Amino acid sequence: MSPDSAAARDPLAAPAALSAPVTLPGALAGAEPVESVCTPIRMTYTYTPGRALSRYLRAMAGKRILGERCGATGQVFVPPRGVSPLAGAATSEAVELADTGYVESFNITRVPIERRPDLEPPYCSAWIVLDGASVGFLGLVIDIAPEEVRIGMRVRAVWKPDEELETSAANILGWAPTGEPDEVITDYERIGRVEASDR
Amino acid sequence: MAAERTAVIGVGQTKYAAARRDVSMAGLLREAAYRALEMAGKTWSDIDAVIIGKAPDFFEGVMMPEIYLAEALGAVGKPIMRVHTAGSVGGSTACVAASMVQSRVHRCVLTIGWEKQSESNAMWALSLPQPFATSVNAGAGGYFSPIIRRYMMMTGAPELIGCMVAHKDRRQALLNPYAHLHQHDLTFEQVVDSPMLWDPIRYSETCPSSDGACAMVLVDEAGGDRHAGPVAWVHGTAMRSESNSYGGRNMVSPAASEQCADDVFAQAGIVDRRSGIDAVEMYVPFSWYEPMWLESLGFASTGEGWRMVESGATGLDGGDLPVNCSGGVLSSNPIGASGMIRFAEAALQVMGAAGEHQVDGARRAVGHAYGGGAQYFAMWIVGAGKL
Amino acid sequence: MIDVAVVAFAQRQEAAISGESEVEFMVPLMEQAKASVGLTQSDMGFTCSGSSDFLAGQAFSFVMTIDGTGPVPPISESHVEQDGAWALYEAWVKIQCGGIDTAFVYGYGKSSPGSVRDVLATQMDPYYVCPLWPDSYAIEALAARLMLEGGHVSENRLAEIAARSRAGAASNPHAVRSEPKSVAEILAEDYAIDPLRPSDLPAEADGGCAVVLAAGDRARELCERPAWIRGIDHRSDAHTLGVRDLTSSASARLAAHHAGAAGDKIDLAELHGPFTTSEHLLIDALGLNEDSTAVNPSGGALAANTMMASGLIRIGEAASRIWRGDGDRAVAHAASGPCLQQNMVCVLEGD
Repeated sequence: MSPDSAAARDPLAAPAALSAPVTLPGALAGAEPVESVCTPIRMTYTYTPGRALSRYLRAMAGKRILGERCGATGQVFVPPRGVSPLAGAATSEAVELADTGYVESFNITRVPIERRPDLEPPYCSAWIVLDGASVGFLGLVIDIAPEEVRIGMRVRAVWKPDEELETSAANILGWAPTGEPDEVITDYERIGRVEASDR
Repeated sequence: MAAERTAVIGVGQTKYAAARRDVSMAGLLREAAYRALEMAGKTWSDIDAVIIGKAPDFFEGVMMPEIYLAEALGAVGKPIMRVHTAGSVGGSTACVAASMVQSRVHRCVLTIGWEKQSESNAMWALSLPQPFATSVNAGAGGYFSPIIRRYMMMTGAPELIGCMVAHKDRRQALLNPYAHLHQHDLTFEQVVDSPMLWDPIRYSETCPSSDGACAMVLVDEAGGDRHAGPVAWVHGTAMRSESNSYGGRNMVSPAASEQCADDVFAQAGIVDRRSGIDAVEMYVPFSWYEPMWLESLGFASTGEGWRMVESGATGLDGGDLPVNCSGGVLSSNPIGASGMIRFAEAALQVMGAAGEHQVDGARRAVGHAYGGGAQYFAMWIVGAGKL
Repeated sequence: MIDVAVVAFAQRQEAAISGESEVEFMVPLMEQAKASVGLTQSDMGFTCSGSSDFLAGQAFSFVMTIDGTGPVPPISESHVEQDGAWALYEAWVKIQCGGIDTAFVYGYGKSSPGSVRDVLATQMDPYYVCPLWPDSYAIEALAARLMLEGGHVSENRLAEIAARSRAGAASNPHAVRSEPKSVAEILAEDYAIDPLRPSDLPAEADGGCAVVLAAGDRARELCERPAWIRGIDHRSDAHTLGVRDLTSSASARLAAHHAGAAGDKIDLAELHGPFTTSEHLLIDALGLNEDSTAVNPSGGALAANTMMASGLIRIGEAASRIWRGDGDRAVAHAASGPCLQQNMVCVLEGD
C-alpha cells in the first residue's frame, strides 16, 4: 500500500479483513446482539505475610513499630519486606522505631474511595518518615485540617484503644501533629533519610 | 557482530473508548493487528512470532489471556510471548519485540499491547483485599500526588503548569481520530476549575480509563529496505528498573529513568537531546509528569521543565519539542497498550504518517513509558533514516 | 548465533512454603545462584523473571519481588507473565543482540495460597469455557481418556511413567512426591479424576529457581563445563480444545524441530509434563528413545510442579547434569497452558 492510499483511508473504517458482513442463519435474523455476559469469578486465597511482616504485625499488637535494617548499608525499612533492595539480601535485624516522625509529602484526597467508606473527604494521606527509619511510611494525617498539613511537619501515631488492638497496621488510626518545629527539608527530589553516602 | 537494523513498517490502533462493547477481547486485538498488517502490507503468514503485552490479568479476569488469544493472533504453530512490566509494559513489549529482530532470531514480528478494563472492575483488580495492608492511598493518583507536590516545592513552578499540559494534550487529541477523549469545547478555565481529586491533581489533569489495543509490525533491515511505504528505523531501545523504596531515592527523577534515557540517547548517538529530537511521546498519566519527565529525560535542566511547558515549547502548534501530539495518556489510557501507543506514535511521526497531528518534517522521535512506583522504564528512539 | 550457556542454578520446591513471602524465599536462591559463579547483580547485563499475578492473588505481584535482586543502582530488566523458561528465552535473545555477556533469570510461584485447579481454569476461553468453571485437571483427564480409548497409551504405560518419576525423585531433595511405588501399586490406586490416578497428577509445589546465563569466553571463565544452549525454540498450539488433536503435541514437535532436538544421541531429557499423559505425549513429540535417553532423572514435574518455575527448573536440572558430566547432550522442555498448549524445547550440550 502506498502512503497516499494509507492517508486517504478513513482511519476509523474497519480493516478490510474485518469488514466483510457476517451472514446469520435465518433463525437468528433480527435477534438482539449479546454485548456482554456477566460471569462472576470467585477464588479464595490464603495470603502469607512472610517472616518480616509477621514480626511487624505482631509488634503492632503491642503498639510497637518494627522496621528491619540492611546489614550492608544500615538503612532501616518500614514496613519491612524482609529484604534490602540496596543489597539484594535479607535484612539482618529487626529495629524498634519511635512512633514519631515527619511528613515527607502528602496528598489530599477530595473524592471518596470505595474501600474506605469510613473516610470522609477531604482527608490527607502522607508518607511519614519515622524517627530512625530510612524510608517513608504511608498513613493518614489527622487532628488537623488537610489544608494546614505541611511537608516537614512533625507527627506522632494515634493508636486505637488498647482493648481494640489487633495484629494489624490498622492499629494506627492516623498521625497527629506534635507541635514541634518542622523538619527542615532542602532536597525535595529525594525521599527518606538522605545519607551523605547516597549522593 | 552488530545488532540487526530493525524497522517499524506497520502501526495499527483501535479507537480508544471507555468501553468497547462492540468487540470481544479477541476482536479488539484483531482490529489493531489487522490495521498494522494492512499498513505493513503483510498477512498473518508473514509473521514469525507474536510479542504481546498487557498490565495485570485481573483487569480482565483472565489468567495469561494470550493463551486464549492464540488463534485470534495467528499464533498457532508460532512463538508467542507475554511481557508484563507494570505501566511501562507497552514500551517494554516493543523493546522485547525489537530484540527478536535485532538478534536475528526472527525477521518479521507482530507486537501488540492491549487492555479491556471494561471486561472487569479495575478498582477491584487493583485493590484485592490484603489483610495486612492498609488502604488509604486511593489508587495511582494518591501515590503520585505527593511526588508532584515535592516537584512543585523543589522548582517553585507556578500552580497552573499542570493545567497547561492537560489543556494542550486534550486539544492535541482532537487531531487524533483514535483518541478516547475528544473534548471539543474544553477551555483552559474549565481545566483549572475542574474538581481537585488528589490535591494537587485536578480531575482534568488525570488520564481516563480506556479499552484499546495498539499493534506494530517490525522487520529486519532487508524487510525495511523492501517496504514500499513509510518506515521508522529503530535507533535505540532501553529498559531500566529499580526498587521503589530506599532512603535517599530520587522520586522526582528516578535513577532508573535517567539511566534509561542516557542509554537510549547514547545508542542513537544524540548529544544535544532537545535539538536532536523532533517529537516526543512520553507517558504522562498526570499532567505534571510532562515537566518532570522533560527534566529527567534531559530535554531541560533540573527545575526548568515547567518553563518549557509555560513557553509553549512542547505544543504541536509552534513548539520546538512537541510532546504527545497524539493527546497522550491524558487522552487515551488502555493501560497495557498505553506504552506501546507512545512507541507507535513516535514511529508514525518519523514515518510522516501521523495525519493531522504530524510534526512537520519529524526525523527523530522518542517513545517513553514508565510504570510501578515510577520504577520501571522503557524507551526507544526511532528515525526516518537508518542510524 | 552467539554461544550462550547455563552456568548457575539454584532451586527450592516444597509442598507449601507458608512462613515466607515470595521475595523472602527467592532472595537466598538469587544470592546462591549468583555467588556460585562469583557474580553480583551489578555484573549482570540483563535480568528477566517469570511469575503470575493470578497465582499470587495480587496485581503487580512481581513488583514485590524485584527488590530481591538488589536493583539499586537500577538494572536492565524485564518480566514475563509466563514460566521462567520464557524469561530465560527473552534473556537469551537479549544476549544475541550483542553488547552483554551475562544474564540473570528467575521464576517463582506459590500454588498453596489458592486452589491451583480453580486458578488455572481462568486460563480458558473467557466467553465460552471459563464460565462453565471447568476443573483444570478434569480437562487433562478428558485428553487422557481420548488417548486411552484411542489406543494411544495404556494405563500400564502411564503407571510406568509415574513409577519412573517416583524412582528419580527419590534422589532429588527438591522433589515433593518421592516415595517409591511399583507399577502394580500405582495401578491399584483409586482414580482421582477418572481415568487419572493420584500418581498421574502433578505434585503441587511452592518455590522458585534462579539461573545465570553467560556467553562465550565468559561462560568458560565462570564454569568448568558450561551447558551450552545449542538450540531453543517455543511454539503454541490453538487454544480451543475442540480444534486440537489432544492425542499428540504438534507445537512440541515443531519446537523440537526448530531447536534441533532430533537426530543425535540425547543422554537425558527433563520434560515439563505435569501429568503422566503429558510426559507420554512429549516423549513421542520429541522423538526420544527411552532406551538411550534418561527421561526426567529428577522426577520431573510429576514429582514437584512449581507453577511459573517448573519449566525453568527443567532447564536448570538438565544443565546441572551436564556440569556434573552425567551426560553430554540434554533436552529440556517447558510447557504452558491447558493440555500442553505452548511448548519450549532447549537443547543443551557440554563441550
